[in-house]
Amino acid sequence: MKSLLSCTAISIVLAASSAQAQQTTVKIGVMSDMSSLYSDIAGPGSTAAAKLAIADFIKNNPNVKVDLVSADHQNKADVGTGIVNKWYDTENVDLVIDVPNSGVALAVSQIASTKNKVFIVSGAAASDLTGPKCNANTIHWTYDTWMLANGTGKALVKTGGDTWFFLTADYAFGHALERDTAAAVEANGGKVLGKVRHPLNTNDFSSFLLQAQTSKAKIIGLANAGGDTINSIKSGAEFGIAKGGQKFAGLLVFASDVNALGLATAQGLTLTETWYWDMNDANRAWTKRWQGERPGKFPTMVQAGVYSGITHYLKAVVALKSAADGKAVIAQMKKTPTDDPLFGKGTIRADGRKVHDAYLLEVKSPAESKYPGDFYKVKATIPAAEAFRPLKDGGCSLVSG
Amino acid sequence: MFEIFGIPSTALFGQLLIGLINGSFYALLSLGLAVIFGMLNIINFTHGAQYMLGAFAAFLLLQYSGLGYWWALLVAPIAVGITGMVIERTLLQWLYKLDHLYGLLLTFGLALIIEGLARNYYGSAGLPYQMPEELIGGYDLGFMRLPIYRAWVIAASLVVCLGTWFVIERTKLGSYLRAATENPTLVRAFGIDVPRMITLTYGFGVGLAAFAGVMAAPIYNVSPQMGSELIIVVFAVVVIGGMGSIMGAIVTGFGLGVIEGLTKVFFPEASNTVIFVIMAIVLLVRPAGLFGRRA
Repeated sequence: MKSLLSCTAISIVLAASSAQAQQTTVKIGVMSDMSSLYSDIAGPGSTAAAKLAIADFIKNNPNVKVDLVSADHQNKADVGTGIVNKWYDTENVDLVIDVPNSGVALAVSQIASTKNKVFIVSGAAASDLTGPKCNANTIHWTYDTWMLANGTGKALVKTGGDTWFFLTADYAFGHALERDTAAAVEANGGKVLGKVRHPLNTNDFSSFLLQAQTSKAKIIGLANAGGDTINSIKSGAEFGIAKGGQKFAGLLVFASDVNALGLATAQGLTLTETWYWDMNDANRAWTKRWQGERPGKFPTMVQAGVYSGITHYLKAVVALKSAADGKAVIAQMKKTPTDDPLFGKGTIRADGRKVHDAYLLEVKSPAESKYPGDFYKVKATIPAAEAFRPLKDGGCSLVSG
Repeated sequence: MFEIFGIPSTALFGQLLIGLINGSFYALLSLGLAVIFGMLNIINFTHGAQYMLGAFAAFLLLQYSGLGYWWALLVAPIAVGITGMVIERTLLQWLYKLDHLYGLLLTFGLALIIEGLARNYYGSAGLPYQMPEELIGGYDLGFMRLPIYRAWVIAASLVVCLGTWFVIERTKLGSYLRAATENPTLVRAFGIDVPRMITLTYGFGVGLAAFAGVMAAPIYNVSPQMGSELIIVVFAVVVIGGMGSIMGAIVTGFGLGVIEGLTKVFFPEASNTVIFVIMAIVLLVRPAGLFGRRA
């Protein structure tokens, strides 16, 4: 009797441990701006997207165990790096994803490289992440300043907007966006007539808009984001920018900004994004699921990028059977072409740049908008090969030759 | 047409006018703060959040009861003023005998709570608020196009500012108020209900902030952080004008608007900091502020 009991016990233990040996464990951390100006663009919506990605993946891969944590970097590099260090060192987090705010993203990218973990950037824009600051542990997923500049800038010049005046947020992101867009405008035969740099979080743009009006440039390029862009456009409506024959180019605009402006004010604005919720049935179906957690809101390309990035990452981890070696996982991700319901088929280049189509969008007028969230019409598709900066132009050390 | 420092004169006049318009906005906002500090000795850090509540109240009134801009100008200040009076009765009145810092900490904490709650429910991007039909359009002045709305802002701001100054400095009610601040015990001995005056004054100051918020809603982004961005500038205006002086806040508000407007033309990157540079200079030369009474 005793031996039968012990035999059963031993066999149960053996069975359990062998099941353990087949299971892969992964821990993912979503770090975002949960409480201030980027919380609508990324924030809790990114966490919701991450949950969907994990749930969908586990359905087809039951022997993978994925834990999810999230945190708020408050747009401060020191807070962000403190959290990421804790995550990588003591909490066994393998992947950090999202991080809007280029300053924080650049800092986290360094940490991921030093600790040989994985960092997928969905929220931040600076093209330096795949340029001079690239490394073998970082992938820049959704968009960047070069793509924005060449999407919107080039398209506007080609449709007759050949003179530009810039309203630039006076910090690194604004300068980078202005630099990239000016280059794109001039490369396509346009001219930059002037620029004015305003402090970040400026309330009143009337003075700067007056300067833009005096320049008589056909396009006023808004090299700023969030509240600054909204205030610029709102003031523009008052001061009769459109009546004077000038147009705004929103270089970085999200659906949440369009919502805050209202379609009456934002109509006609041209912008570039890499994903829009209402573009096809797959996007719409996913949006409905996402809205289960975020009722009344619409997902942005940043949040869709979190879903897409996690999906591809988990595929790579399963192929390698372990998430431990960051560089190996990234190499695997670069080796495998991407395919997910939101971004379709794409590739990741040697410099860590994920490449996919971009879309030139225009904001609808209130008459054209038939239901809540119906913000954009798709004007053109920019194929992946043209949408992002050529591999050799980046100055990334990982690119040979 | 001639040129001043390389800028055509027409452009410069346009910028001066815009500076004046912004100044009227600063004057309106700093008026409430000056009233509260001058009369009650409370450093009201919640002022920015109350300004934001005014704009949000305008949005909510439109959303849920269809009341437009003109109604909001009347209803929102009263509603937000009442919440201000509740705060004063339940929280602030215990702090009058203590150091100023306690009032500052409490109002700062309240500001954080109010903004956090707004952000929780409405997100951070902002809410749409359209301009009222009657005020859309502009006058062509030759050197610039002046939006009708901005002209309305100057007019309303002047009326409210001068009206408030008149009530406080030239009427019997105002004199009771000023006396009650200087010597509450003596004034009470005359049979005047001092605590009630204080509550009403705080409510009035808060109402002024909310009024400025409703005026801001059609032209600025209605977001939870709209107040925190402005409040520091408004404090600088009040400090330069003199913490106790109503006229000081009004004149300084207009003046600094013009100076900031000129900075935006000649050195735009510094347009955020020029007000603080002036504040530093004024505090060194005249610590009580330009029009201040106390040392």
